[in-house]
Amino acid sequence: MSLELIVVLLIAPLVGFLINGLFGKWLKGNEKLSGWIGSVAVLISLICSIIAFASLQGGGTPFDETLYEWITGESFAFNIGFRVDALTTVMLLVITGVGFLIHVYSIGYMHGDAGYTRYFAYLNLFVFAMLILVLGNNYLMMFVGWEGVGLCSYLLIGFWYDKKSATDAGKKAFIVNRIGDFGFLLGMFTLFAAFGTLDFVAIFDAAEADNFQKVFGTSTLVIATLLLFVGAIGKSAQIPLYVWLPDAMEGPTPVSALIHAATMVTAGVYMIARSAVLYNIAHTGEVVAWIGVLTAFFAATIALAQNDIKRILAYSTVSQLGYMFLGVGVGAYASGVFHLVTHAFFKGLMFLTAGSVMHAMANELDMRKMGGLKAKMPITHWTFLVGALAIAGFPFLSGFWSKDEILHSAWGSSPLIYIIGLITAFLTAFYMFRLIFVTFYGESRVEPDVASHLHESPPVMWVPLAILAIPSALIGLLLGWGGHDSWFHHFTKSVFPEAHHEASGNVVLFMVISSIVGLAGIAFAWMRYSKRVPSTEPTNALYKLIANKYYIDEIYNALIVQPIKNGSHYLLWRIVDNGVIDGIVNGVASVIQIIGGTLRRLQTGIVQAYIVSMVLGIVLFLAYYLFFG
Amino acid sequence: MNAEQILFILFGAVSLIGAVAVISFRHPIYSALSLVVTFFAQAGLFLLLGAHFVAAVQVIVYAGAIMVLFLFVIMLLNLGTLSVKGAIGGKLKGFAIILGILLAIEGIYIATNVLNNTAIASAQPATAAPNTTTYDIGELLFSKYLLPFEVTSLILLAALIGVIVLVKRSSNDSI
Amino acid sequence: MELQYYLILSALLFTTGVIGVLVRRNAIIIFMCIELMLNAANLAFVAISRSLGEATGQVFVFFVMAVAAAEVAIGLAIIVSVFKHRETINVDEVNSLKG
Repeated sequence: MSLELIVVLLIAPLVGFLINGLFGKWLKGNEKLSGWIGSVAVLISLICSIIAFASLQGGGTPFDETLYEWITGESFAFNIGFRVDALTTVMLLVITGVGFLIHVYSIGYMHGDAGYTRYFAYLNLFVFAMLILVLGNNYLMMFVGWEGVGLCSYLLIGFWYDKKSATDAGKKAFIVNRIGDFGFLLGMFTLFAAFGTLDFVAIFDAAEADNFQKVFGTSTLVIATLLLFVGAIGKSAQIPLYVWLPDAMEGPTPVSALIHAATMVTAGVYMIARSAVLYNIAHTGEVVAWIGVLTAFFAATIALAQNDIKRILAYSTVSQLGYMFLGVGVGAYASGVFHLVTHAFFKGLMFLTAGSVMHAMANELDMRKMGGLKAKMPITHWTFLVGALAIAGFPFLSGFWSKDEILHSAWGSSPLIYIIGLITAFLTAFYMFRLIFVTFYGESRVEPDVASHLHESPPVMWVPLAILAIPSALIGLLLGWGGHDSWFHHFTKSVFPEAHHEASGNVVLFMVISSIVGLAGIAFAWMRYSKRVPSTEPTNALYKLIANKYYIDEIYNALIVQPIKNGSHYLLWRIVDNGVIDGIVNGVASVIQIIGGTLRRLQTGIVQAYIVSMVLGIVLFLAYYLFFG
Repeated sequence: MNAEQILFILFGAVSLIGAVAVISFRHPIYSALSLVVTFFAQAGLFLLLGAHFVAAVQVIVYAGAIMVLFLFVIMLLNLGTLSVKGAIGGKLKGFAIILGILLAIEGIYIATNVLNNTAIASAQPATAAPNTTTYDIGELLFSKYLLPFEVTSLILLAALIGVIVLVKRSSNDSI
Repeated sequence: MELQYYLILSALLFTTGVIGVLVRRNAIIIFMCIELMLNAANLAFVAISRSLGEATGQVFVFFVMAVAAAEVAIGLAIIVSVFKHRETINVDEVNSLKG
C-alpha cells in the first residue's frame, strides 16, 4: 500500500464531482455520460479499496502516513494524514462497493431528471467526504468528512428544491445534525485540551499509558467520549435526535439507500469503533448501549404502524443503527461493525427495491395502494424478499449472523438489554413482512391508470439489485461463520481492544432462540396481513399513538421549536434588537447630530474668517516655540 | 553710509511702500501697478545681493508675465472701484491687523535673534561673500535639482491644461 | 550690509501680505497679496544664499517663481469662472461652504 494509492482512491470521486459540477452544463445533452463519469469515479475508488484491502491480508501492517501539514501553530500541528487499517478497509469496501452499485442504479432511476448532472456531482462529493471521514488519521480530518457528508446529505435531501417538504426536510436534517456536530466539536476540544493532539494513535497510546490515568483520572475521557457520542447521536439518528432521518426520505431513493441507510448514518458507529480504546477506558459504553437498544425498540414500534414504504425502511434503519450502537456499546466492536457491513448491503438493497417499486408506481409510496406486485415485478420482489429475510434474521442469511453476535454479547453485559433486543428482533421481522405481504401479495389495489403501465425496471436498475442481493444473503455466512472466532473477528482483531464482558453461554442456543423469534415475527405477519389490508384509520389508542410516531415531532415542536421562535420574536427581536441595539445605534446617531449641529455654526462660509483662525494658530505656535520652546 | 546702504534703504523703502499701497488702494488697477513697483524694487535688491539671474527673472516673469495676466483679468472683468471694507466685520478686522503686527514682531525676532544660533549666523555680511553666477545656478539646476526641474515642467503643463478646462466656454455660455 | 536687515525687510513685506489677505474682500487683490508673500520669501532665500556663498537658494527662488506662475494662472482662471457664475468676486459673497 502506498500513499499514491490512497490519494487516487480519495481524489477519484472529487474529480468526478468537479467534472459533473463544473462542466455539467455541457453534459446536459448526454446524461448517460454524466452518470457513467460519476460511476467510474467510484469504481476507481472501489478498485483501489480492494487493493488496499488485499495488502492488509495475512498480517499486513496498518498504513499511517501524513500527506502534508495542514495547520501549524506554536504548540500544535494538524496534518492531512491517512490511516488504513482493518476497520478502514472494511468501511472503504462498503462505501465504494455499495456506492458504486447505487451510482449505476441511479443512472436508470434518475433518467430524465432536470438536475441529473447536479445529482451525480453531489453524489460524488458525498463519496469523497465519506472517504475523508474514514481515511483520516486524526479527529480533525474525521470532522472535516463528518461535516462534508452532512452538507451533501442536506443538498441531496433537498435535491428537488421546488418541493417545500423536501427543502424543509433538508433544513431539519441540517439543524438537527448541527446539534450533534456541536457535541462532536466539544468532544474534540476536550481531547485536544487533554492530549494536545488529535491524532488517533497518539491519543490512544497516551490514554492507555498509566501515568495519563493517574494525572487526569478518567473523568476527562468520560466527558470527551460522551460529547463525541452526542455527535454520533445526531449523525446516526439515535434518540433523541433521530427525527431528521424519516423526513430525509424526501430525497431521491438511491440517496436514501446510500446516505441514509448504508454509509453516512453509520459514521457514528464507525467513530465509536475507531475510538474504542477511549470508550473502554472511560466505561461509557453502557450509555451507548442503552441509547442504542432503546432507539432500536422505539423505532421498531413506530415502524409497525406506518404505511409509507420508505418511512418503514427509515424507521427500520434507525432501529438497526440502534443495534449497532448496542453492539459497540457492550464492547463487541467487531460485531457492531459487522452488523454495519451486513446492514449496508441489505438495507441498501431494500431501499433500491423500494425505489424500483416507486419507479413503476409513478412515485406512489403508500402500500395500501399496492398489493399483488409480485406478478408484475418478479425481480424486485425476490430481491426485496432476500433483504427482508436478511434483516429479519432468517437462519444463515447475513442479518442473522451479525444480529445474533450483538445479542449474544449483550447477554454478557446485561440480560435486560438482551431481552429488549430480542423483542426488537421480533418486531423487525413482523414489520418487514407486513410490508412484504401488503405490497407484493394479495389482491392488487393499484389505481387503474397506474396499473396499465406497471412494469419491471430496466436492466441498469435491476442488475445492481441482483448483485446486491448476493452479498445481502451470503456475506454473513462468509464472514461471520463461527461467531466470535469468525474470519471478520480475526481480521479486525488488531484494531479493537479486548471487551469488558466475555460473551458467555452456548452460542448455538442463542442462535436457535434468535431464529425462532425471527420466524415467529414472520409467521405473525403472515397471519395478520397475508389476506388483510392495513386499516386506513387507527382503531385503538395505542395504535393511534404509534401511527403518529408517539407525537415526538409535535412534542419537539411545542417544547423546543416554538419557545425558540417566540423567544426570538418577543425577546430577541422586539426587546433586544428593536430596543437595545436599535436604541444604541439611534442614540449614537443623535448624539453626533447634536454635536454636529453645534459645530456647524463655526462654518460661516467666509474664507477670511478661516484664514484669521489659521494665522492665529501660526502666531501662537511660533510664539510658543520662540519664547517658551 | 556707503552707496550700498543707501541703495538698500531706497529699494527697501520703495518695496514696502508699494506693498502697503497694494492693500490700500480701492481700485484693483492701482493695486496692480503698486505691485509692479514693489517687484521692480525687489529686483533692485536682488541685484544688490549679486543675484543677477534672479533679478532678471523677477523682472521678466513677475513684472512682465504675471502682472500682465493680473491686469488682463482685471480689465476683462471690468470691476471698477471697490470698497476697502473687508468682508469681516470691524472687530475682526482690527483683530486681524493686531495678528499681523504680532506676526511681524515674531518675524523680526527670528531675523535678529534666532538665526544667531545657526550656521547662518557665522556667515559673512550678506554682500561680502563672493558672487554666485548664473553658471552656478545652471549647473545646480541640471545636475542636483534635475528631477525637481523636470517636475516643474509637469506642474506648468498641468496648470496649462487646468486653465483651458476651467475657462472653456460651453456652447450655451457666454461671458 | 548685514544679513538681518534683509530678513527684517522680508518679514515686514510678508506681514503686509498677510494683512492684505485678511482684510481685503476682492479675490484679485487677495491674490496679489499672496504674490507679495511669495516675494518676501524669495528675498529671504536670496539673502541667505548670498551670505552662505552658494547658489542653492537662488535655485529655489527659481522653483518658487515657476510654481507661482502656475498658481496665478489657475487662480485667475478660477476667479474668471466664479465671476461667470456669480457675477462677483467678493469672497464674502462666495460662501457655499457655510454650514
